[in-house]
Amino acid sequence: MLNLVIDGKKIVAPENTTILQAATENNIPIPTLCHLDGIHDSHSCRICVVEVEGARTLMASCATEISEGMIVKTASESVIEARKTIIEFLLASGKHDCMTCEKSGNCQLQDLAYELGVQRPSHYIERSAEPVDISEMIIRDNDKCILCRKCLTACNEMVVNQVLGLGYRGGKTAIVCDNGKPMGESTCVQCGECVQVCPVGALTERKAVGKGRTWELEKVRTTCPYCGVGCQLDLHVKGEEIVKVTGVPDGAPNMGRLCVKGRFGYDFIYSDERLTTPLIKENGAFREASWEEALDLVASRFKEIIQEHGPDAVAGISCARSINEDSYNMQKLFRSVFKTNNIDHCARSCHAPTVAGLMTSFGTGGMTNSFSEFSKAKLFFCIGTNMTEAHPVASTFVKNAVRNGAKLIVVDPRRHSLADHADIFAQIKVGSDVAFLNGIMHVLISEEKYDKAFVAEHCMNFEEIKTMVAAYPPERASEISGVSVKTIHEIADLMWDIRPSMLAYTLGITEHTCGKNNVMSVANLQMILGNLGKEYAGVNPLRGQNNVQGACDMGALPNVYNGYQKVDDPAAGAKFERHWGVERLSKRIGIMVPHMLDGLVDKKIRALYIFGENIANTEPDIRHVEHCLESAEFLVCQDIFPTETTRFADVVLPAAAWSEDEGTFTNAERRVSLVRKVKTPPGISKPNWMIFKEIAARFGHEWNSKSGREIWDNEISAFSPSFAGLKYHRIQKDGIQWPCPSEDHPGTKILHMNGKFTHAHEKGVLMPLEWTPPAEVPDAEYPFVLSTGRRLYHYHTRTQTGRCQGLNNLLPEETADISVADAERLHIEDGEMIMVKSRRGEVKVKAKVSDRIPPGMVWMAFHFRENCANWLTNQAFDPETLTAEFKACAANVCKM
Amino acid sequence: MNSNGCARDMIDEENARFEGITSRHKDSKGGLIPILHEVQELYGYLPDSAFVRISKTCNIPLSEIYGVATFYSFFSLKPKGKYEISVCMGTACYVKGAGRILDRIREELDIDVGDCTEDGKFSLSACRCLGACGLAPVIKVNEQVHGRLALADVSEVLNQYE
Repeated sequence: MLNLVIDGKKIVAPENTTILQAATENNIPIPTLCHLDGIHDSHSCRICVVEVEGARTLMASCATEISEGMIVKTASESVIEARKTIIEFLLASGKHDCMTCEKSGNCQLQDLAYELGVQRPSHYIERSAEPVDISEMIIRDNDKCILCRKCLTACNEMVVNQVLGLGYRGGKTAIVCDNGKPMGESTCVQCGECVQVCPVGALTERKAVGKGRTWELEKVRTTCPYCGVGCQLDLHVKGEEIVKVTGVPDGAPNMGRLCVKGRFGYDFIYSDERLTTPLIKENGAFREASWEEALDLVASRFKEIIQEHGPDAVAGISCARSINEDSYNMQKLFRSVFKTNNIDHCARSCHAPTVAGLMTSFGTGGMTNSFSEFSKAKLFFCIGTNMTEAHPVASTFVKNAVRNGAKLIVVDPRRHSLADHADIFAQIKVGSDVAFLNGIMHVLISEEKYDKAFVAEHCMNFEEIKTMVAAYPPERASEISGVSVKTIHEIADLMWDIRPSMLAYTLGITEHTCGKNNVMSVANLQMILGNLGKEYAGVNPLRGQNNVQGACDMGALPNVYNGYQKVDDPAAGAKFERHWGVERLSKRIGIMVPHMLDGLVDKKIRALYIFGENIANTEPDIRHVEHCLESAEFLVCQDIFPTETTRFADVVLPAAAWSEDEGTFTNAERRVSLVRKVKTPPGISKPNWMIFKEIAARFGHEWNSKSGREIWDNEISAFSPSFAGLKYHRIQKDGIQWPCPSEDHPGTKILHMNGKFTHAHEKGVLMPLEWTPPAEVPDAEYPFVLSTGRRLYHYHTRTQTGRCQGLNNLLPEETADISVADAERLHIEDGEMIMVKSRRGEVKVKAKVSDRIPPGMVWMAFHFRENCANWLTNQAFDPETLTAEFKACAANVCKM
Repeated sequence: MNSNGCARDMIDEENARFEGITSRHKDSKGGLIPILHEVQELYGYLPDSAFVRISKTCNIPLSEIYGVATFYSFFSLKPKGKYEISVCMGTACYVKGAGRILDRIREELDIDVGDCTEDGKFSLSACRCLGACGLAPVIKVNEQVHGRLALADVSEVLNQYE
């Protein structure tokens, strides 16, 4: 520790601290225009100069480290003079016209000019006049730029998109995009991180123009409605309108960062297409109805069907995008009122294998570690995760780790952009994961490169797994996976040399007929390396939807109540009978989504209640799904928009959307964060939990809780040991990660600490696994593998992003991505309309020829209706979790 | 056919040389400047496509390459003509009417400073003192110096070049 004096105040601060840091720590303000705490390396603005006794000149406090006995003056006459001169020069160069500037009121240059009393100088330093650069989401006005370079730091070092740079020299120096392109034509992904750090009006949000002055806006903290990272947003609200969105500075998990959807995908809630009133179908057409009429109809039809065919003739699909409290109330309705466990949700189509697989391996089905560890990891193993598009903010932390010296292994059939940062990229064949991972474990175990102590003390079945992987020498693993023997050895060596490593995966692992095996296989790898129960380690599935972790936690699954309490456990049943004040809860495990759909055809299911899901587009083989929906005797859809699915409904119930109700989302790292209300729902639409409550009332069940907060605090938390200490008053700022058993518990960042797994026997279970190929493999008629996934600018079936200004322009249509080699062979040009066919159907779609796709693959997403991949995907399921094999089916690609 | 084949051969040769340049320098620290240097030698300037290729092969962000290329006046982002005209704007030439000479050349060739004629024959730049003040006003076409130039001589000088 060093002693120094700043402005007459005695200060003790650690070595290697800058004057700026020491002063800020001690509440002595020093102005700065270019400093970004923690990552700053620009030292360009010089506003932070201070007087240091004995120094020849004024010193930049951000670039000068403290020393013993240093005496610093932060506001002496000469310091103030210097600052004034700098501000004068800044004001003289460029067109700082505050009258119409969106930044006015929140501009650091304006504030400093005001504070220092600097007038706009009469002289004007000519700059190369560049036109204002307007891209889809961001307005760039280099005439207002003060060249502080914060945007460069944000773009290159924080989100590592590496688009912005410094071009030209001298007086012509300017921020450039790529090789001098307008932003909209550059490789910029419009995440807007540069906008957030810009201290002046050089970078602003296009959608916010003219919507309100800074001082008219109120900031409301909430949680993002898109992927499972669960970023914390500050909504800047005027009246009931969200004017713009910024990341909550230092808020967990995103630490202020956002992606293009999080920052700019908020306006769907204001769409004219919102459902505003209940609708009842009569003679094939919808008519508007009152809540009384619509809910009476729903209640009476459910009553009739339950009376006639029993409670298991009804089923419900909950929503992973809505708040926990909604999913809780829906499963409560089905279980305590209808007396069936036929409740499920879209985790079925994504991470059900994660929940089941990790439950088998470790005892808990969630991400073992936390996003906050990502940037400090030493080694990352990313398999089947196109993070930069599906979980953009998580990927920025992985890229930060690489910049901090971590090694990165990327395993994927596509050379997606994360691979550009990788030390080893293994281009694996679709559906060969178990063989590939067994091959790596074969090398590790045969070369005795495994954590013997961890395996002996904390794992079961080592001998079984040793025998199993013995049958997968690298040569065989290589033949199946297409990854060279050399690369398999290199990966094994790197994973042994650098421990612990963090393993991350997404749907490339789960959406296979062997999805659960894939999950347990990555768990095996991390267990034998001892990479569990410690920091910078673990098995980290990135959940797809904002609240898919939460919907699972809330028991929107056929086998568990909220908090994973098993429905076939009589003790759990008795407990919920007591809590809910009901009798005879069903002990029979319910059915899963695919069986619900098939049940509509064979009449095992008579009534289906779909909440917030657009299953007509999201499930494999759309033709089949629509046939099922058409066959429904009674179909209720509860949504915020009319969708392809609501067309089949008998009753449509209009619901409050994100930002129209208060509740909680649980992100991938098990963090429960608050979602706040900023506007009233349109028309007479209502919060989802309230609709379920009102249906329950029609069955004579009076539920007490009257808000999201009451549902959480008095029911969910009270009835689930893992959330017992998690109350609304504790998560007003950062959320808390479950398990959180008591109110004095800080929450759990890392599961299975010190190798103590959550199984009753406290051991991790190594599962010997045999590789199985995908259900449908290429043949002469369908020689391509069709694999599917998500793209950056859209989410799910575009019900939300399709109604956000700008996002559609950033990605206006679907493409079929094919390799350069196949395009040349088939004489297909980039952008040409082609036909993609499978045994289920065919779609016309634009070809995108890409060097990121391996030969023999065609890759598509499911965002657009017309050419949705799900017209083609295969109804083949993981036998236990019934997750469909979205990642692999046989297809053909033809010229039109 | 023949000329197509010939063009293809040239492109193939250029590609091979390009790859040679990048592979020679890409792993060395500070390799970007020699790469830009040699690529400019290859094409006569730094085309857009070269930025993209260098970025991909060497894994350097485009903006960084562009930053370096625009910082040094040696690098040109526009094609140079077969004949590069440099009009001296040093003090002596300037007072002897170099500005008017430059204007006349711009008119004759219908291009601006920094540009190249459509047929690729001439490119035009204004430069600092060439050190031939005794001959002011001076222009240089490639390595050939033309001094004591009168406005009326401009056409004649340009016509010498085919």
